[in-house]
Amino acid sequence: MEIIIIGLLLGATYALMAMGLQLQYGVARIMNLANGEMLIAGAFGTFWFYTASNASPFYALIFVIPLAFAANWAIYRVLIVPLVRRARNQGQLEVDCILATFGLSFILVGILLAVFGGEYLSYSYLARPIFILGEPYGLNRVAAFIGSIALCLGLYLWLHRTRAGLALRAVSVNPAAAGLVSINVTRASALAFALGGAVTAAGGVLLSMFLTFDASLGVVFTLKALIIVILGGVSDIRGTILAAFILGLAETTVASLVDPGLTLAAAYLLFMAILLMRPEGLLGRRSS
Amino acid sequence: MRRRELLKYGAATAVAGSFGHRIARAADPSVIKFGVVGPKTGPLAPGAAVTHFPNFKLWAYEVNQRGGLKLKDGLHKVELIEYDDRTQPPETIKAVERLATVDKVDFIMPVYATGFNLAVAPIYAKYNYPLVTQACVTDQMDQLIKRYPNIFFVQGSTTSYAQAAIDILKKLKDDKQIGNKVAVVNVADDFGIELANAGRPIFKKAGFDIVYDKSYPLGTQDLAPVVKAAKAANPDAFVAWSYPPDTFGLAEQAKIEGLNVKAYYSAVATAFPGFAQKFGPAAENVLGAGGIKDTPEIRAYYKAHKEVTGVDADYWGSPFYYSLLQMITQSIEGVGSMDLKAITAYLKNNKFKTIVGELDVRNQRLDKFYTVGQWQNGFFNAVAGVGFTDYSPVKLKTSWG
Repeated sequence: MEIIIIGLLLGATYALMAMGLQLQYGVARIMNLANGEMLIAGAFGTFWFYTASNASPFYALIFVIPLAFAANWAIYRVLIVPLVRRARNQGQLEVDCILATFGLSFILVGILLAVFGGEYLSYSYLARPIFILGEPYGLNRVAAFIGSIALCLGLYLWLHRTRAGLALRAVSVNPAAAGLVSINVTRASALAFALGGAVTAAGGVLLSMFLTFDASLGVVFTLKALIIVILGGVSDIRGTILAAFILGLAETTVASLVDPGLTLAAAYLLFMAILLMRPEGLLGRRSS
Repeated sequence: MRRRELLKYGAATAVAGSFGHRIARAADPSVIKFGVVGPKTGPLAPGAAVTHFPNFKLWAYEVNQRGGLKLKDGLHKVELIEYDDRTQPPETIKAVERLATVDKVDFIMPVYATGFNLAVAPIYAKYNYPLVTQACVTDQMDQLIKRYPNIFFVQGSTTSYAQAAIDILKKLKDDKQIGNKVAVVNVADDFGIELANAGRPIFKKAGFDIVYDKSYPLGTQDLAPVVKAAKAANPDAFVAWSYPPDTFGLAEQAKIEGLNVKAYYSAVATAFPGFAQKFGPAAENVLGAGGIKDTPEIRAYYKAHKEVTGVDADYWGSPFYYSLLQMITQSIEGVGSMDLKAITAYLKNNKFKTIVGELDVRNQRLDKFYTVGQWQNGFFNAVAGVGFTDYSPVKLKTSWG
């Protein structure tokens, strides 16, 4: 039972890391390798806010989300739109975006380094036990779990129940056809990219409550998010969420019942196995 | 077309400007140039940001404040030329070569971390720069000293750190203050693995029963399974051969789980002021690698470090970094010039007064360092070491705050 609860808490952590990338890659069709740096920027912003004001880090969401949204909108407009315009096909766009966002990640690391310094930054918030069925769990992780579920639910409802969300999903299925039904594809993609960035930064805010960050750690998070997004099937946010929780449960099971040293091996094994059986990912659509 | 040209020239300028970073443009030939290489980005960057770079900055500031280095022909200000090696040994090697051949610096400071120092040792030897390492902990010191007459080791060996930690626990066990069951975990990366492998036979010999012995990958975000399993094995002591992110993670989990062991040790980064800042009263009586004796000189050093660099120095490598800089300064001023061979010889033939006491590297190794520290009242006191005489007494951990 413990394993299931810890696994769910870890799954929520992974979902926070991956949802933003899913919006950027699955909907806006942009492989954003600077995703991890956005997460860290959110975490650093919260660190600065918490150490300066001592108010709950949840309040940091109030300024982190709009700032991240605006920053990502600007990145899309300035860096990505020219690439989209000249890409002759989806494959070329992906390559261009990978290269461009890879370079962007170095720039962002440099900025974070200049502003916050290179040291480890972490703070203690809600680092108390909460007892579920008699066993202690970190209150901060449970709070992040609740935040993650709220975010997952919010995103899912917005994407599947609103008109704007419908437009985004249309763009992810077929951008050309979406344009034909008078959806402003550029605007929808920009919205998806910016929203993805904002979600990632929000994830950073919640994760900063219990993880230790430094300016160079972005690549680790990008890699993990990428695996989760591909595992879940690139096109659907539900796939990403599902994959995040499956991975969290799998890793926790291996760590508790087999050997904590095998968690990475188990995660990648699972990744390979699922892709071999179902190349489009858990909830993916076969070649769009 | 014009925008494209602008972008092209802008990019070219940016690339050209990215080669190297100088703190002060030295058109003045009397300024002495010191090369500094280390990770500003990459996995080891956070450690270097606390221990490595700020010490050089503090040193250069203080030297220039008093007019400069005193050589036979007068005072000379110093200038640091820094390069980021991005935590990649090939980059470290390239940067050191560049400092030696292109920037033609007068002296090259040690690089950061064991593997990197070992990788650049041949280059320092080729150009006759003394390599006074600090952040370099290896069991191969003797072979390296034989091979490189210009290398100096100011830190101990891996085994000495494991031995010292386990000796502390053994004493507590022999004094009947703790039982003989110990849970050991380690991060599955270089230093963690070396310490764990060095530690196992020592634990056995000391009569401990290892009730939990597992490793976890570097960067594990959730250490709850590890700590829960360790707790379930009912240990009397907990030892983690850990790295910075997991040192913090394990302590937080131990606090949440209520891992009530009377002796808790986590290796790297326990000596960071950030550890006490994050955990507050929960950090009390946590053991870790490093430690320093509380003296007025050390306190003054910490104050100056914070004022000049804005960074809090750590309680392990930082004071020894500063001490080696004091040794280098005294050697240069003792010789009276930047004659590298003479400086190396001076280091081998003299004793030096530093903030950690009198130091002597006549055998190219400093057999005087602190191995285990414990947080006591907001200061990471040295409770064990090699070559020093008085250490603070070890206290039992009574609660997680």
